[in-house]
Amino acid sequence: MLLIPCPWCGPRDEAEFHYGGQAHVAYPEDPAALSDEEWARYLFFRDNPKGLFAERWSHTAGCRRWFNAVRDTATNEIHAVYRVGEPRPVIA
Amino acid sequence: MSGQPYRREGATGRVLRFRFDGQEYEGLEGDTLASALLANGVRAVASSIRLGRPRGVYAAGCEEPNALVQIEEPFPEPMLQATTVELYDGLVATGLPGQGRLADRPDPARYDAVHAHCDVLVVGAGPAGIAAAGVAARAGARVILADERPEPGGSLLGTAETLDGRPGREWAAGEVAALAALPEARVLGRTTVLGHYDDNYVIAVERRTNHLGAAAPAEMARERVWRIRAKRVVLATGGHERFVAFAGNDLPGVMLAGAARTYANRHRVLPGRRAVVFTTNDSAYAAALDLADAGVEIAAIADVRQAPGEAWAARCAERGIEVLTGHVVTAARGEGEVSSVETAPRSKTQGAGGETREIPADLLLVSGGWSPVVHLFSQSGGTLRYDEGLGAFTPGEARQAVEAAGFARGVTTLRGCLEDGAEAGRRALSAAGLAVPSEIAVPAVGEEPPAAPAEHLWLVESGDYGTHFVDLQRDVTVGEVLRAVGAGLSSVEHVKRYTTAGTAHDQGKTSGLLTSGVVAHALGVEVAELGTTTFRAPYTPVSFAALAGRDRGPLHDPVRVTAMHEWHVARGALFENVGQWKRPWYYPRPGEDPGEDMEAAVLRECRAAREDVAAMDASTLGKIDVVGPDAAVFLDRLYTNMMSTLRAGSIRYGVMCRADGMVFDDGTVIRLADDRFLVTTTTGNAAAVLDWMEEWLQTEWPDLRVHCTSVTEQWATVALVGPRSREVLARLAPGLAVDNDSFPFMTWRDTEVAGIEARVCRISFSGELAYEINVSSWSGLALWEAVMASGEVTPYGTETMHVLRAEKGFPIVGQDTDGTVTPQDLGMEWIVSKKKADFVGKRSFARADTSRPDRKHLVGLLPEDPGVLLPEGAHLVATSSLPEPPVPTLGFVTSSYRSAALGRTFALALVSGGRERAGERLYAPVGADLVPVTVTSHVLYDPEGARRDG
Amino acid sequence: MSPRARTTRPPGVDLPDHPDRLWSPAEPKRAYDVVIVGGGGHGLATAYYLAKNHGITDVAVLERGWLAGGNMARNTTIIRSNYLWDESAGIYEHALKLWEGLEEDLGYPLLFSQRGVLNLAHSLQDVRDSVRRVNANRLNGVDAEWLTPEQVKEVCPIVDISPDVRYPVLGGTYQPRAGIAKHDYVAWGFAKAAADLGVDMIEHCEVTGLDVRDGRVTGVQTTRGPIAAGKVALAAAGHSSVVAGYAGVSLPLQSHPLQALVSELLEPVHPTVVMSNAVHVYVSQAHKGELVMGAGIDAANSYRQRGAFHVIERQMSAALELFPVFARAHVLRTWGGVVDVTPDASPIVGLTPVEDLYVNCGWGTGGFKATPGVGWCYAHTVATGEPHPLNAPFSLERFTTGKLVDEHGAAAVAH
Repeated sequence: MLLIPCPWCGPRDEAEFHYGGQAHVAYPEDPAALSDEEWARYLFFRDNPKGLFAERWSHTAGCRRWFNAVRDTATNEIHAVYRVGEPRPVIA
Repeated sequence: MSGQPYRREGATGRVLRFRFDGQEYEGLEGDTLASALLANGVRAVASSIRLGRPRGVYAAGCEEPNALVQIEEPFPEPMLQATTVELYDGLVATGLPGQGRLADRPDPARYDAVHAHCDVLVVGAGPAGIAAAGVAARAGARVILADERPEPGGSLLGTAETLDGRPGREWAAGEVAALAALPEARVLGRTTVLGHYDDNYVIAVERRTNHLGAAAPAEMARERVWRIRAKRVVLATGGHERFVAFAGNDLPGVMLAGAARTYANRHRVLPGRRAVVFTTNDSAYAAALDLADAGVEIAAIADVRQAPGEAWAARCAERGIEVLTGHVVTAARGEGEVSSVETAPRSKTQGAGGETREIPADLLLVSGGWSPVVHLFSQSGGTLRYDEGLGAFTPGEARQAVEAAGFARGVTTLRGCLEDGAEAGRRALSAAGLAVPSEIAVPAVGEEPPAAPAEHLWLVESGDYGTHFVDLQRDVTVGEVLRAVGAGLSSVEHVKRYTTAGTAHDQGKTSGLLTSGVVAHALGVEVAELGTTTFRAPYTPVSFAALAGRDRGPLHDPVRVTAMHEWHVARGALFENVGQWKRPWYYPRPGEDPGEDMEAAVLRECRAAREDVAAMDASTLGKIDVVGPDAAVFLDRLYTNMMSTLRAGSIRYGVMCRADGMVFDDGTVIRLADDRFLVTTTTGNAAAVLDWMEEWLQTEWPDLRVHCTSVTEQWATVALVGPRSREVLARLAPGLAVDNDSFPFMTWRDTEVAGIEARVCRISFSGELAYEINVSSWSGLALWEAVMASGEVTPYGTETMHVLRAEKGFPIVGQDTDGTVTPQDLGMEWIVSKKKADFVGKRSFARADTSRPDRKHLVGLLPEDPGVLLPEGAHLVATSSLPEPPVPTLGFVTSSYRSAALGRTFALALVSGGRERAGERLYAPVGADLVPVTVTSHVLYDPEGARRDG
Repeated sequence: MSPRARTTRPPGVDLPDHPDRLWSPAEPKRAYDVVIVGGGGHGLATAYYLAKNHGITDVAVLERGWLAGGNMARNTTIIRSNYLWDESAGIYEHALKLWEGLEEDLGYPLLFSQRGVLNLAHSLQDVRDSVRRVNANRLNGVDAEWLTPEQVKEVCPIVDISPDVRYPVLGGTYQPRAGIAKHDYVAWGFAKAAADLGVDMIEHCEVTGLDVRDGRVTGVQTTRGPIAAGKVALAAAGHSSVVAGYAGVSLPLQSHPLQALVSELLEPVHPTVVMSNAVHVYVSQAHKGELVMGAGIDAANSYRQRGAFHVIERQMSAALELFPVFARAHVLRTWGGVVDVTPDASPIVGLTPVEDLYVNCGWGTGGFKATPGVGWCYAHTVATGEPHPLNAPFSLERFTTGKLVDEHGAAAVAH
């Protein structure tokens, strides 16, 4: 049960959140212009690093807002949380 | 006390009666089952799992490897350690031969869970824990002090030490009582911390009524899980004593030295009359002396070291106790229990000379050293390092805000533990941002003799390792460990799995390090290099029921019911679970015996809807308000069809796909105003659709000015269906013009129905003239009762709804789709906009797989025998006889019903290239038969849509 | 001393003995024909069939920890082949047929016990889906039956089929040939047999890089030095993304912790394997008597071999819904593994864009049961450079065409 610092509500139990996978995967500007390979990449391929991962969470049982976090998938330590639209913070 | 021959003089407490293995015994309040059995001279408590050897009490706490019992009364509970079962009047237990037994009746007890937050959680109320908690709590920190035993004191309970002149037990009780009185401190006794998770999330279980036996109050939770979030954790978890592997080290009468000391001091029980002590370190001397003072004859102390501590040797000499230095115990002997102990100089076991001695004794106390309890520290992610001095693993680097204190960190003296605990308390204060007191008084304790170094001995060498046990509970011997190593295994994890050592009820608390030691010995490497197996939660076993807590039966998952639910219940409806909702499935005609079956009820309900008038509670459909200047643009992007062209006052059916092009949900979209829509979803998908909308809005299109709100619970909905629905509605809503021109199909009107403010929608999921009347949930029951008042409207449930829509070929998402179906597969090309540049899923329709001609299409099936009902889930093949498997399937039946309107059975199916197969005969294997069916359009009733206007 | 009457046979005595020799830890050579990355069940089975079926014995199995210490040591040992789609039934049924002769083939006791698997249905849609799967199974030659609640109770008398359960049991599918085996023994059986045929077992050897030259893999970099390889076969389960990434190959995988737990040893109460998706449970009683139970998957990606505790609590409440008799059983030990999950809950077995580099991953929660089947097919793929017909549908390519094999409904755990 992680303690996730919601940027709007403060630290809350993981059970209050919904996971959204990799962050910063934009819906393509013009899907029709993509090749099947490129479209497949958008649909199905997400990064799966062992280490720092910028990911999305939604505080579904709280403010219901989506936000991003940088978490280390090897340790589960959350290094930063930030609002949608903000750039991924640089973690030293 | 004559019934308790091994009870020391001066024991006090209420006499308790209990039964063990069919024998009646007496014990005293404060006993554990183990101490009471020892007081009664019961040596063999259980028998071993594989070899059937008798086994006695070995330890005095949760590390006990041997004395496993089954509780029979007051309620059966499998496999507990006699050392952790508090004695109560009426306890009935039996010794276990390896397997516990579950009750054959439901557990009547209650279980619960609570959340708690604190600045510092202190685990263990021994000297270090009490010191840490005291310092932190007195300075105002929010403190939780948890201890697994019924009373505080930890190691003090087993010794005869004094603090500030008071016996240890009394000191601990006083300190903890004072602590508990502080407003921000909480003391949890009988509470075992089981697991230490990320972000200092700590799980403990409190045993609240177990010790009360049959007197336990029924309303009180028997066990309660504590979910604790701590800013800082201090692990003052003490240590577990280890034994040494030698021949016969499992015989009843062999016991850990510290455990024997605990029985003598805390329980005033003598575990034997004449003892030999076998040790690798100083600690067993204190035990030997306490036991000698209590009246046990100490025949000899075999100390593997050449130079034991001088002070201890002197004390032994004072009492005339013989100390055999450089000696080991080579064997414990006896029939079913220890009657003699063989000692020899260690050099002899290593091939050199020396005399063996056979010493008569009924008790053999063993100390192979002490291991800090590092389980929770390891679970928290901290590293361990091997401490050469202790011959054990101690906490290394922490990964969270957690530290060990006292012996758990390897501090061996009482004074040291008290000081260490106090320091941990100070650090917790500064971490919590509280003022740290400069002076902290540590209680005065007696002088402890200077410690002589321990010598680390894992096993006594021998030519035969057949009874040198390493894991008593799993009957694993040194011989088997050596065999595993000989088979090529060099990892302790492999050896554990090969031999099963460390996997029993005690999870290797006494055997884990010993196994590593023996493996290291065999491989000729250092234990430090080899490491141990992983420490996994729970620290001690925890009941399933405690973890399940209250989340059982109706509370396992919330039950959702509509505003009209009571009416349905009173009318005798049968219910279907749809998501969390209870929906009326069908309404058997009341007052008949035997009651109407589902088939008859559904045919009757269908007939009413098609020929007369019927009503369904449709309140469970998901409803979402979509509001804002960009609401129309937003819906255009999510639905496959165009929503922005919908006029206020009108309604449109829509389908949503996932980005992969597969149908996700469907429903109606009502345009309330230019900037306001109400969309409906399927019952099961309501939350998912709202989440879907929020996700797109917030993460992809934050520029869109749209807000989405769930209003599912705010509205109650009655679907009024059938050729006579108009006349019923007209009566209920005299202010509403109900003719087709004034109130056309796919429009809505605000009005009053039965005097209730309502929104009426002209939509139909049956193909009949129909209205959906929406009112505030508060008025839902009143509306429903008004609709039903005339007695001419037939209530119908989900089954009839399914039949009616299937006759019209309307798919149910989740029944006629399975996440692999596109709108085109459903025959809904018409709903996929060609005009819109893009919508979610559009690009996927251009992939190779979505344009395959052999995709499965939704079709109708007519069994050639109109009386045959195909089972839903039946598959379809092309041949009239089945070839050998594997037989390729052409598709399967998604929906199948008897139709009153068609006067026959029919089905919907997803069939490969199905639309091209109209008129083709296929076969459905049903049991041993192949049922011939004809493929047809999925719209079987009123294909021209003539009935919707009445 | 009180008499110790034994009411049942001691549960430990029936367990078979292990052989005196399993494998000899090998020092890595400078080059191999085939290097298998990952010494779990799949890697070991692949090595065995490469040697046995294809005569390729210049093979190294590289394991970063101790052999079979990853998911092979952490799964709940369920074996079944009752998957929905023809493609899945093909490979899982092939595996089951191999299981049926595996003890003899490997000459190792695997405690393979065909005690049947029940998959319970709790809603009308569950019933439809279940019947659909039973019928699909039968067409594929997979034994499967639909059971009424009463028949479920006959197979497993401790299942609560009363209507008081929050989601009552409406029936279940039953595969009699399904069952369990002892995971460690399976791994060691394959390891011993492969080692006997000349395969090198190299433990504590973590792959840190893949050498790719002109679009072709030529070797691996490891913590024990570089090793040249004619072909490299990945079998790294939860770490597949990381390892494939060394060659610039990205895979549609997400790694998540999955937990399991055991109880103390109990007298026999549970004769089969019971799985339920809706009331999330899968449980069997192992040979010594412990209940072995799988919990849910953690939602967030993680490489920690440890899940969140609320997942275990939820699991226990589900277990007691269906098995009230378990109330006072005790959880002895919980643990976690890292599973790699694909978008369609089906595996990826086959070629990669890099020549001579092969991938076997994405088994999610279903890898153990497939062990011999995938070992067989993957060995064929590696040996011939072409997918075996049974793993051809599980290509990486399918994510581009869209021809997925959607097994979300058949998986044990909601992916």
